[in-house]
Amino acid sequence: MNDLDGIAREIRKLTIDQIAHLGIGHIGGSMSIVEVLTVLYFKVMDVDPNNPQRADRDRFILSKGHAGPALYSTLAERGFFPRDWLHTLNKPGTNLPSHCDRQKTPGVDMTTGPLGQGLSLANGIALGMRLDKLDRYVYVVCGDGELQEGQNWEAAMSAAHFQLDNLIAFTDYNKMQIDGMTSDIMEMDDLVKRWEGFNWHVQRIDGHDVDAIETAIAAAKAANGKPSMIILDTIKGKGFSLADGEVGSHNMPISMDDAKVAIAALDVEDGD
Amino acid sequence: MADERDMREIYAGTLLEAGETDDRICVLEADLMKATGTPVFADRFPERAFNVGVAEANLVGVACGLASMGKRPYAATFTAFAARKGYDQFFVSGNYSGLRVNLIGTDPGITAELNGGTHMCFEDVTMMRAIPELTIIEPCDRRSLEALVRESIDYDGSIYLRLQRKGGLSLYDEDETFRIGKGNVVRDGDDVTIVAVGMVLMEEALKAVEMLSTEGISAALIDMHTIKPLDGDLVEQYARKTGTIVSCENAQVMGGLGAAIAEHLSETVPTPLYRIGSRDQFGQVGDLDYLKGTYAMDAASIVAGAKSVIARRRG
Repeated sequence: MNDLDGIAREIRKLTIDQIAHLGIGHIGGSMSIVEVLTVLYFKVMDVDPNNPQRADRDRFILSKGHAGPALYSTLAERGFFPRDWLHTLNKPGTNLPSHCDRQKTPGVDMTTGPLGQGLSLANGIALGMRLDKLDRYVYVVCGDGELQEGQNWEAAMSAAHFQLDNLIAFTDYNKMQIDGMTSDIMEMDDLVKRWEGFNWHVQRIDGHDVDAIETAIAAAKAANGKPSMIILDTIKGKGFSLADGEVGSHNMPISMDDAKVAIAALDVEDGD
Repeated sequence: MADERDMREIYAGTLLEAGETDDRICVLEADLMKATGTPVFADRFPERAFNVGVAEANLVGVACGLASMGKRPYAATFTAFAARKGYDQFFVSGNYSGLRVNLIGTDPGITAELNGGTHMCFEDVTMMRAIPELTIIEPCDRRSLEALVRESIDYDGSIYLRLQRKGGLSLYDEDETFRIGKGNVVRDGDDVTIVAVGMVLMEEALKAVEMLSTEGISAALIDMHTIKPLDGDLVEQYARKTGTIVSCENAQVMGGLGAAIAEHLSETVPTPLYRIGSRDQFGQVGDLDYLKGTYAMDAASIVAGAKSVIARRRG
């Protein structure tokens, strides 16, 4: 078993437990991005939990900011803050609001919530890294439904025009959005052709395969002169049976009993 | 020799000069670089000048990203686009996020002139005032513009700079000092206080002061270049001194400078106030003189407003 798979399972358990403590949350889109977060924070990114503001770090933007709980579990697991903070999600005075906030959470590089803003921010960060001659990368995770926002395509143009090869983005292609299947609400296919049409380096992989993600990031880094899009085929709610592949999982109630069953199931996987 | 420089030359020239020693300064444009006057910066510092094309949401977002890397971005477009097309990005990615971004709105209000109603933005001040902790500046002359742009570089907060790019006014002497958040007293007076912002209304207010003087009315004139935070102390001081206020802005009076003064005085020194500005009106095409008359942003309207508040004070 790959260690990263074990870490991903732990992050899944923390995420389910985190949302169950609140009673409701964005479980679906959190579970679909666990592997990419795991690979980024435990294998790829140069970050320091003891110095989260270090100037020459790699940076990460969760453009689909509503998946904050998955990022919080990842950051806690990586040591940016104590695990028990996870039980404060969305509670008064918390450092972990539903949508990511760079001023509240150690390790969160950018505030996100209204969809479509992350890629523009990544453009600015990538340009800033270039000005500072930093050999670093900015990583962005976008939702598939999020790509319906026009600002993404403005940012897609400028990233290619400015040849931002230090920008590596991911699309969490779980094929669902709040009101239904993306194919019914607003067709996104062919995502590969769309990004290629904007002159990006494009790959499409299994978004739950940690090895494939690691390999794709290496290939993205080797693509000189172009920003990279890695389209992750994912399953919304992956790993939590009540949410797994369910359109209704975008923002759903989770009881502590549900969470116990789900976490026990993941523990069984751990034992495999 | 008279200073003939356009305001945009002062804006771009100040950034160019500061950019020689401060490599954090970046200029961003959305296909209006020539209009803003920043090609001089782009020619000197091509690596720190970014034209994102016709894409204002991205313009603001990229500026916010640069700000998070410690840069000092100056992103410019027409007021109509800065406010209407970049607002969510400026609000969330910039201000809510605690990033220091300078957004410059050019061609404010009636100075959109021949671009007409679609481009005539009266509402930007109202919208921007509603963003918590944001500072809003509209300088009326060359010297104050240069001083306030210089102060903006190390200012602790985001700024919305409203800039009339064409033409220029040389109002102040060399020894005048300017601070963000502090109004400048242009003329002292006893009977009425005219509080003006921006070049169009400052020019008309100066004429109005002379016209009132010939009628024996002594008018004070304040340049309220910082709309937010309002210099409430100065407003209160002159409300007490003259007992009447006329606010003058090339913007919508609902939520603009006049509203800010009304809000402040109603809680401190209730004072008769007349507000010069667009009154719930859309813009329209026309030259500046026509538009000044149409929107009552001229000296005659300021004089009439002054007389009306003086009459109200006397009851």
